[in-house]
Amino acid sequence: MSAGAEHVVGAGHRTRSAVGDTAVAGPAHHPVVDELTASESALRRFLFGLPGVDQVGAESRVAALSTRSIKNDAKLWAIDAAISMVDLTTLEGADTPGKVRSLCAKAVRPDPADGSVPPVAAVCVYPDLVAVAKAALAGSPVAVASVATAFPSGRAPLAVRLADVRDALHAGADEIDMVIDRGAYLAGRYATVLEEVRAVKQACGPAHLKVILETGELATYDNVRRASWIAMLGGADFVKTSTGKVTPAATLPVALVIAEAVRDFFEATGRRVGVKVAGGIRTAKDAIRYLVVVNETAGDEWLTPAMFRFGASSLLNDLLMQRSKQRSGAYASPDDFSVE
Amino acid sequence: MSGRPESAPVASGAAGGKRFAYAPAPESRAVVRLRPTYGLFVDGEFVEPSSGVHFPTVNPATEETLAHVAEAGAADVERAVAAAARAQRDVWGPMPGSERAKYLFRVARIVQERSRELAVLETLDNGKPIRESRDVDVPLAAAHFFYYAGWADKLEYAGLGPAPRPLGVAGQVVPWNFPLLMAAWKLAPALAAGNTCVLKPAETTPLSALLLAEILQQAELPPGVVNVLTGAGATGAALVAHPGVAKVAFTGSTGVGKSIQSALAGTGKRLTLELGGKAANVVFEDAPLSQAVEGIVNGIFFNQGHVCCAGSRLLVQESVAGPVVEALQRRVETLRLGDPLDKNTDLGAINSPQQLERIRELADSGERDGATRWSPACAIPERGYWFPPTVFTGVSPAQRIAREEIFGPVLSVLTFRTPEEAVAKANNTTYGLSAGVWTEKGSRILWMAKHLRAGVVWANTFNRFDPTSPFGGYRESGFGREGGRHGLEAYLDA
Repeated sequence: MSAGAEHVVGAGHRTRSAVGDTAVAGPAHHPVVDELTASESALRRFLFGLPGVDQVGAESRVAALSTRSIKNDAKLWAIDAAISMVDLTTLEGADTPGKVRSLCAKAVRPDPADGSVPPVAAVCVYPDLVAVAKAALAGSPVAVASVATAFPSGRAPLAVRLADVRDALHAGADEIDMVIDRGAYLAGRYATVLEEVRAVKQACGPAHLKVILETGELATYDNVRRASWIAMLGGADFVKTSTGKVTPAATLPVALVIAEAVRDFFEATGRRVGVKVAGGIRTAKDAIRYLVVVNETAGDEWLTPAMFRFGASSLLNDLLMQRSKQRSGAYASPDDFSVE
Repeated sequence: MSGRPESAPVASGAAGGKRFAYAPAPESRAVVRLRPTYGLFVDGEFVEPSSGVHFPTVNPATEETLAHVAEAGAADVERAVAAAARAQRDVWGPMPGSERAKYLFRVARIVQERSRELAVLETLDNGKPIRESRDVDVPLAAAHFFYYAGWADKLEYAGLGPAPRPLGVAGQVVPWNFPLLMAAWKLAPALAAGNTCVLKPAETTPLSALLLAEILQQAELPPGVVNVLTGAGATGAALVAHPGVAKVAFTGSTGVGKSIQSALAGTGKRLTLELGGKAANVVFEDAPLSQAVEGIVNGIFFNQGHVCCAGSRLLVQESVAGPVVEALQRRVETLRLGDPLDKNTDLGAINSPQQLERIRELADSGERDGATRWSPACAIPERGYWFPPTVFTGVSPAQRIAREEIFGPVLSVLTFRTPEEAVAKANNTTYGLSAGVWTEKGSRILWMAKHLRAGVVWANTFNRFDPTSPFGGYRESGFGREGGRHGLEAYLDA
């Protein structure tokens, strides 16, 4: 069982509901959630009552946080934390069982030469390769995550997207990464977005749901804040920035705005929603900057694999390289770490 | 779960929580070579003061004596002003603007090249966090030299008449809160306009001005164009009173500014004063609240609140006062107070025991007057001069903490109900240097800016400085502008 799935079960938000039960009760059944989502107009009023995000201010805040100097023990901790938070990802048309199996081996034991390296949080694949990943990871603490709901565009009928989710779950996925309907969002059909998140959450049952906003298509920080709230009100276990298929993918200011949203949601409802940043994070230095932003915004309760993830592929090797540099004092060769 | 990093050792530190505690990350002070004693910089050379007297300058974070600097007396003022007058008459005044520009560009570049050295020295002598001296003070100082270098050969296009002429010798007295930056604000426009300068840095922070003097030597600035006289109040008084000084520029307290103004009355000397402030930072209910909280923090805790334009009065609309103060306190709890040389320090040391005493006295008066005092739990270092970030709520406009400049990390929170009331309260001060407005409504920003009596009004930001933007106050905050095209006017006879 993965760390993430333990969290969801442990928090006891819901039990698996009967198949086909599409009643739109909020998964948390929190009075605040019920109130804010009581009607489409209530939801809209709430979203537009959220304070705006000043772009210049948000960007200068992360610029200041990016000057934090993380050294010695703090850096070692951050690198190991980051490794344990990686959703090691392959989402290519050319993915094969062989590729996925080699990725799984890497996930369980990122550095075969050093047993002290923690395993990553999860391996993230398309639904048709979930079974392969599940088998390869059997007996390990690494979860299987799958991008369902017609990833990355989400442009399929809801029934098809839900079927995609059920297939992934049936194949053994522990975590589902769904995409929201950005078209509906940008057209102002917020209730549609909310209902779809709820429907997927319902389909997920105890599986861990990450809701991808695709912030590069939402464009403004105000939209990031509102979409984060929709995802959380709909029952998301994680709010995730991006698919990795759209530029820009994750950025520090977007992570800041989402971290504020999950903090505020926790204060309102008592439920902690996680954050996943995905796409374009390639270096340990970048990863540490995200950890700093989360640390100083949402707080250190979010600095666990159950509450924070990096969706990445090449990041892991840089983390391993910086880890060995930090311990041995000398840089290793890139070829000292496996390329999957 | 084995191998998960939850069990990592917990390091000490104010912010960062239990899991991710930032290890100390001190900037190396090896880059600075301190001399045991410093002379005065007169006519291009370092010379001993005529009195032979030196006084110590200390690191306020450790109380360690960094060096001894010369105390300039009347005879030294005489020498320095004479050297400046000679240089102005024979060399700097007649020099084409395009040539003066080359020297200023060279100074700007050397400031950039030696930026780390300047930043570390500034932090040692002043107590401000290295993050600020490195990212604000030194880059802005270089930017001022670059900016005014560009004006040196374009003075006739500054809108001050067809043939503006320099005034002569400028006597410039700068404060301890931004020692290098204030020196740059004073020197760059004066030199670009063809004046020569006698600069008097503050008693407690003389070292960066002396390093700047070394940089001027390195740039081969002609002797006498800039002279640096260290000393205390008496030195500054002798300088501004000297008959050879055509122009006095002072940044500092309103009390000293008033005494300079009366001393200069009837002398025909030109004067600009940049004095105290008690700025209102006005937060409306429709503000971008997360960024407003950052702006409040930056407004009052930047440079330990040792900022004349600090947003020391938070005026928050009553309808959002609760959540704003709550969010502010949560944010202030993450501030890291401590070793100013640590790159992760947000709040450094108070510059002097005298200033610390003044902050304590005013903060205590706030408590006595019935305001509610709050500071986060934060460890105060054993040595040095420190004051925790402090927020007073329930402040009424009559209390001293709402009226007097504290010049420390102490915020007074007041509330208002309507825009009119916000303006009335914001303007209800003897000062008028700066103000901040936080709202997403553009029309309200313009309305507020029109009605606020303040030289600078920041909208949805605070404490932003740029060499192209004029800065200066109204009323007891002084007169004259520094920065931008307007900053040239103080140094030109048009």
